[in-house]
Amino acid sequence: MSLTTMLLVLLVAALAVYFLGSRRARQVVRGEIRQLHSLPPFYGAYVGLWLAVPALAVMILWLAIEPMILGASLRADLPASVLNGPKDQIGLIVSTIKSLATGGVTGSTIEPFMMELADDYAAAKATGRSLMTAAVFAAALAGGVVGFLHIRPAMRARNRVETVIRILLIVASSIAILTTAGIVLSMLFETINFFREVPLANFFLGTTWDPRFAAAGSGGATGQFGMLPLLWGTMFVSIVAMAVAVPVGLFAAIYMAEYAAPKVRSVVKPLLEILAGIPTVVYGFFALVTVGPFLRDIGGTIGLDIDARSTLTAGFVMGIMIIPFVSSLSDDVITAVPQAMREGSYGLGATRSETIRRVVFPAALPGIVGSILLAVSRAIGETMIVVMAAGVTANLTANPLEPITTVTVKIVNQLTGDHEFSSPQTLVAFALGMTLFVITLGLNIVALRVVRKYREQYE
Amino acid sequence: MSNAHADDSFESAPRRVEGTTRTSHWQKRLRRRYAAEKRFQAYGIIAICLGISFLVVLFSSIIGNALPAFTEARIKLEVHLDQGDLGIKDPSDEGELLRAYYLKPVREALKKVIPPADRAERKDLYGLLSVNADAKVRQMVLSDPTVLGTTQTVWVLASGDVDVMMKGIIGRDVPEERRQINDRQLAWMDQLVEQGLLEQKFNTTLFTAAASAEPEAAGVGAALVGSLMMMGVVLILTLPIGVAAAVYLEEFAPVNWFTDLIEVNINNLAAVPSIVFGLLGLAVFINFMELPRAAPLIGGMVLTLMTLPTVIIATRAALKAVPPSIREAALGVGASKMQSIFHHVLPLAGPGILTSIIIGLAQALGETAPLLMIGMVAFVVDHPSTPLDAATALPVQIYMWSGLPERGFVARTSAAIVVLLGFLIIMNASAVWLRRKFERRW
Repeated sequence: MSLTTMLLVLLVAALAVYFLGSRRARQVVRGEIRQLHSLPPFYGAYVGLWLAVPALAVMILWLAIEPMILGASLRADLPASVLNGPKDQIGLIVSTIKSLATGGVTGSTIEPFMMELADDYAAAKATGRSLMTAAVFAAALAGGVVGFLHIRPAMRARNRVETVIRILLIVASSIAILTTAGIVLSMLFETINFFREVPLANFFLGTTWDPRFAAAGSGGATGQFGMLPLLWGTMFVSIVAMAVAVPVGLFAAIYMAEYAAPKVRSVVKPLLEILAGIPTVVYGFFALVTVGPFLRDIGGTIGLDIDARSTLTAGFVMGIMIIPFVSSLSDDVITAVPQAMREGSYGLGATRSETIRRVVFPAALPGIVGSILLAVSRAIGETMIVVMAAGVTANLTANPLEPITTVTVKIVNQLTGDHEFSSPQTLVAFALGMTLFVITLGLNIVALRVVRKYREQYE
Repeated sequence: MSNAHADDSFESAPRRVEGTTRTSHWQKRLRRRYAAEKRFQAYGIIAICLGISFLVVLFSSIIGNALPAFTEARIKLEVHLDQGDLGIKDPSDEGELLRAYYLKPVREALKKVIPPADRAERKDLYGLLSVNADAKVRQMVLSDPTVLGTTQTVWVLASGDVDVMMKGIIGRDVPEERRQINDRQLAWMDQLVEQGLLEQKFNTTLFTAAASAEPEAAGVGAALVGSLMMMGVVLILTLPIGVAAAVYLEEFAPVNWFTDLIEVNINNLAAVPSIVFGLLGLAVFINFMELPRAAPLIGGMVLTLMTLPTVIIATRAALKAVPPSIREAALGVGASKMQSIFHHVLPLAGPGILTSIIIGLAQALGETAPLLMIGMVAFVVDHPSTPLDAATALPVQIYMWSGLPERGFVARTSAAIVVLLGFLIIMNASAVWLRRKFERRW
């Protein structure tokens, strides 16, 4: 039975038991509901939970454990010639057999022993599935009966059901922790695998990026994995982006907060925020088709040789995308500066712009710095614009008119081909991802600290 | 407003200064200060104008590029569908109907309109037709096999080169060797247009077809289906998990280290680059759990993890907006805490929660990078029928098309972007409408 039908059957059974349970509760007190501790539906829900929770627990456990057992027995059954062969071949053969068993297509050559093992594997899987179906329904039945027997007037059904709901709520909010842990652990794991094959210094201090693609199955080809050119590319593009976004965003924010009439502000602010809602792939296309050729043509007329894909193009378009991140946050911060400070300055005879430059801006500075830091972290993690408009060649250059590549571009490049997963060429993407994660996390923490510290001052 | 008050006092200042003598030094200084003030204001206006003009240029360039893709060149032909010519033995066998070579009668029909003189001319003539010119004929026969043996009037698809030429994207003044259509073909095109046989029609292929190597036959249909499936997965997962997490954090969570840990994690996840979620999906869902690559289910799960922090933060704000008196009233008449929240607070926060979910979905719909990581860049020709089939998504389709060299794909890509932006605008507008309509002042 497929998982979907199994879940549907469980759902229907739980619903049926819910109605049966609440009826049973009424019957127990012969309709005198006041004698019950809780309202009848709570008794129904109680039985329903007894039915569903153990069954789902069995299902999840089974699904988690089964692949491990089957995988282990498959490895044990491999012929000695394979087991004694190279380590990375075993993984490839195992995955070939698995995809053979599920009727998938494989690219590698199929040997007779693989077909045999695949048949065994498929048979074992089918047996496992029917055993699981039996176990799940046994658990559901047992749970349902236990729940039903618990129905007594004095049973505190509402409190018990609410406890379960509360636990579910806690589980739902823990998903955030699980996600972070998942990100850190999975990347750490693959990064450690990567550094088993490539020395730390090669990655962090190397200035050559030349990973040499290895096709699936052919090991041995090693390359240079120096990340400095990529890191420089990321920083260079971000610098150009901030050079566009900070002046435009900041002046827009100051005007909106200090000068604009409320009506103008209520139109302009959402308009600028549209820029943040446009998907980044659209910006990438805009850079590729409109901005890149435009800059190249302008460069041509004034005698500059600008590549269609360049730091300038990518940075400029990314800057446009980031304007609202700077303007909206800074606008909020500037508006939060107490009015009394402005009036004090006006009272001493300062003009508005003098007040803004000498009083409001310094007071809002920590918050503005925070918003800029958040924007920088957004720029560093941005992927699609640079993938489409910055280029692919690692280039340690300070000329913004040449193509350049970034950390995110290389993560995409290394993972969108058909490479074997355990090769350093693929694993390097996780090392790069880890670097990216650490940098953006650091920036975010600092930015949030700065913003929070500032807010406390005036509240 | 105090700002207006400040204005008045400044405007009256210079008059008083003018009244006195020997103030030229002060006047000069004051003029300079006012000039600085004007300049400063001008900077602000320029910045805002720049920002808005970027928006206008972006939209107009995309829409301008997209317009040609909404029409396509079609040729009106009298196609004779002879069963023998098509090699169909048994018209009731659907497989045979599907495999038959429909391009042949289409070509024959075109030869009747413009008889070619020799082999070279014939080749040029066939070049006017798209390689997918037979699609419409095949559809016609499949839906009604009785048309076999009759002659039907069909608007078949012209080739992408003809299309580009018709729209004037490549001008007639371009020298012959630099365009795909030669002078002979151009003359034929003029002849067909004159006879009313070659026209621009509204492009339905764009919305229904799957990816194709030929620009004129490529559409966003399959990508749309993939995207909708993913949005379904995101909705099913985000709605319960996001609301449950927000309810717990806002209403139940005690002040302790565990709650702090959750809050710190949510705030940080909201700012983690989306590509990192793609790496997580690749490592956990595909390599560890061995779920199928490129499936909308996996894409939806990755996007859910990515949008959850946003949704939780926005939902908490919606819950916070419900005044405590509602909770206290419910508790006062004997409801349990759980009942007060599920019966009273949640329904009142409903519109706000819905808004936050729509905004989360809109964010997920436009996301590309994490989907590249889980293999959705594959060239998918079929429409996915279940969430476990290989599929692609609208933004990924845009990315893939943007890398193709044919001129026709620039228009296709822009049209796909217009479709994507259309969905996003509808979603965001409905979120704004919901907020306006159900906004309550307590």
